[in-house]
Amino acid sequence: MLVYFIRRLGQAALVVAVMGAIVFVSIYMVGNPVDVLANPNADAKEMAEIAGRLGLDKPLHEQFALFVWNALHGDLGRSFVFNEPALKLIIQRMPATLELAFAALIVSVLIGIPLGMLAGLWPHSVWGRGIMTGSILGFSLPNFWIGLMLILLFAVQLRWLPSGGRGETVTVLGVPVSFLTVDGLRHLVLPAFTLALYKAALVIRLARAGTREAMLQDYVRFARAKGLSPSRIILVHVLKNIMIPITTVLGLEFGGMIAFAVVTETVFAYPGMGKLLIDSIGRLDRPIIVAYLMMVVVVFVVINFVVDLIYAALDPRVRLSEQGS
Amino acid sequence: MSPVLEVRDLAVSFGTREGAVRAVDGVSLTVKRGEVLGLVGESGSGKSVTGLSIMGLIDAPGRITAGSIKFEGRELVGLPEKELRTLRGRRIAMIFQDPMTTLNPVLRVDTQMIEAIRAHEAVSEKAARDRAARALARVGIPSPEERLQSYPHQFSGGMRQRVAIAIALLHGPALLVADEPTTALDVTIQAQILAEVQQLCAETGTALVWVTHDLAVVAGLADRIAVMYAGRIVEDGPVDGVLDSPRHPYTAGLIGSVPSRNRRGSPLAQIPGMTPSLANLPPGCAFAPRCPRADAACRIEAPPLLAETGGRAFRCIHPLTAEGVAA
Ligand SMILES: Nc1ncnc2c1ncn2[C@@H]1O[C@H](COP(=O)(O)OP(=O)(O)O)[C@@H](O)[C@H]1O
Ligand code: SF4
Ligand SMILES: [Mg+2]
Repeated sequence: MLVYFIRRLGQAALVVAVMGAIVFVSIYMVGNPVDVLANPNADAKEMAEIAGRLGLDKPLHEQFALFVWNALHGDLGRSFVFNEPALKLIIQRMPATLELAFAALIVSVLIGIPLGMLAGLWPHSVWGRGIMTGSILGFSLPNFWIGLMLILLFAVQLRWLPSGGRGETVTVLGVPVSFLTVDGLRHLVLPAFTLALYKAALVIRLARAGTREAMLQDYVRFARAKGLSPSRIILVHVLKNIMIPITTVLGLEFGGMIAFAVVTETVFAYPGMGKLLIDSIGRLDRPIIVAYLMMVVVVFVVINFVVDLIYAALDPRVRLSEQGS
Repeated sequence: MSPVLEVRDLAVSFGTREGAVRAVDGVSLTVKRGEVLGLVGESGSGKSVTGLSIMGLIDAPGRITAGSIKFEGRELVGLPEKELRTLRGRRIAMIFQDPMTTLNPVLRVDTQMIEAIRAHEAVSEKAARDRAARALARVGIPSPEERLQSYPHQFSGGMRQRVAIAIALLHGPALLVADEPTTALDVTIQAQILAEVQQLCAETGTALVWVTHDLAVVAGLADRIAVMYAGRIVEDGPVDGVLDSPRHPYTAGLIGSVPSRNRRGSPLAQIPGMTPSLANLPPGCAFAPRCPRADAACRIEAPPLLAETGGRAFRCIHPLTAEGVAA
């Protein structure tokens, strides 16, 4: 287990380093931030001064070396625009995005598993077919369009829910969260649902396929031969088995959810990391872009690792073979 | 003594793309209290479908289309699922072919045993656990309290089948249907498990239907033998009578393909040809294409079940005589 842990850690460090280099170099090639930051009628001298202050006059390899050196000390640069550490700005916005992604994850599981299991138990019924058709829509409708339609319906037409923003927050352990206030929850519903829809469609498919397969297994037949009730068979025997692939896939998709949040946050003017990224791209605020992308890489790496641990916890067969190796 | 199980003219069909397939066609069986019946036939002859019908576990596209299954005097065909469920696992139990897949891989053995107890009896978790441990000990699993906390994959194949047997016998059922439970295991373990199950059933007076494609397996164990071919029982009778003087050519063929002490050294006789496809059975006797005694009369209509003295019956219009295989 320890060997496995160290090996994983090494792999993770390598991924982060390679991604860092790619991100930094590619961002360097996009536009000139000085053009955006400087006063439109600034002369060449003023422009050079700004470039010098931001360290943009040095050659690429020196800038990169400085970036790596600082990054190793936990400093991902200062925002050109806000003149604050980029990492701090991102971390300030992170709780909102994580909250949104978690809410979406929960929604997708709550929608996806019951519907998927229903469709798996009665695949040829009207319900089963209807659910599958719905999941195709969930896959194919674009995220931003769903978001806009939901805003139109629930915020503009029915006026049940707010159209954007994060609403009222309370601070828990120094972190502002919105899911503990009614207003915050009301603001969370539409963006969480929008972000969840694609994943819900995925969960439906996984749950349906898993249920259909499990129902044909000998262990289900034996469970029936024991005289167990259908609810016990479905909620314990089948559900526990299908949770293994679903948890794995959802865990891996969680990183994607954070990345996808960019679109949803923009549509709902939701003040998360994604919105900060889009704003910063518009302003060519390189340190924030780099810090955001590095952040996402780290999140992905951490998630992959956690998923492996959860997978081992859910599937007893994995646990044992790992101890053996 | 009234029989535990009385199956009469059972027919089961499966709706397939090529039309309805009659997997079981007019099967009748009688099993007395504590009796061991060997249900023998090649793969695909309808043994599992017969066993599952008795359990009330035939699912779509399958359907019991005719016949009656009386268990302890009660008609099971058409019995509501809820009532069937109170019988399953308590009065009738079943174990299956592959011990690697019968237990749920993600649930611990104690969970799977305790739920089986509590499905039929309102006992405490603690009492159920004690009973589960005793049941494991009875089937020869060492340190049962610890083993209860294991997952199925931590047992060998033979041990897993023992766990399944322990679960099946938890409530001391009147009937155990064992669907080729040792086929996937190696030969020495097969023999051990066979003997143990027979012993356990004898202790509790549980009648046993032992399904197998291997005549030799049941020869030393069963009280009666029923031979299935293409969804029908073609011969049925006390084990000694059937083995010593089979009346149906198919039974004779099965006996001829078993290595036995009398014929040691001589090459095994194989039954020529293949099991017919149930979707397009030949008219008349289904065994005719492979039967050395077949003539034109055999191909006209399916032979009826002819009863004989000594509780024997067979479906053949040119049966072998009492002198045995040589005739
Ligand atoms: N689920 C099913 N769907 C369609 N046909 C089936 C199904 N189960 C069994 N059958 C039919 O019943 C026949 C007998 O099957 P089975 O009872 O499993 O044979 P055995 O146990 O003797 O090997 C098969 O050959 C097949 O044609
Ligand atoms: S009825 Fe004819 S074909 Fe069928 S088993 Fe008897 S002799 Fe053979
Ligand atoms: Mg079978």
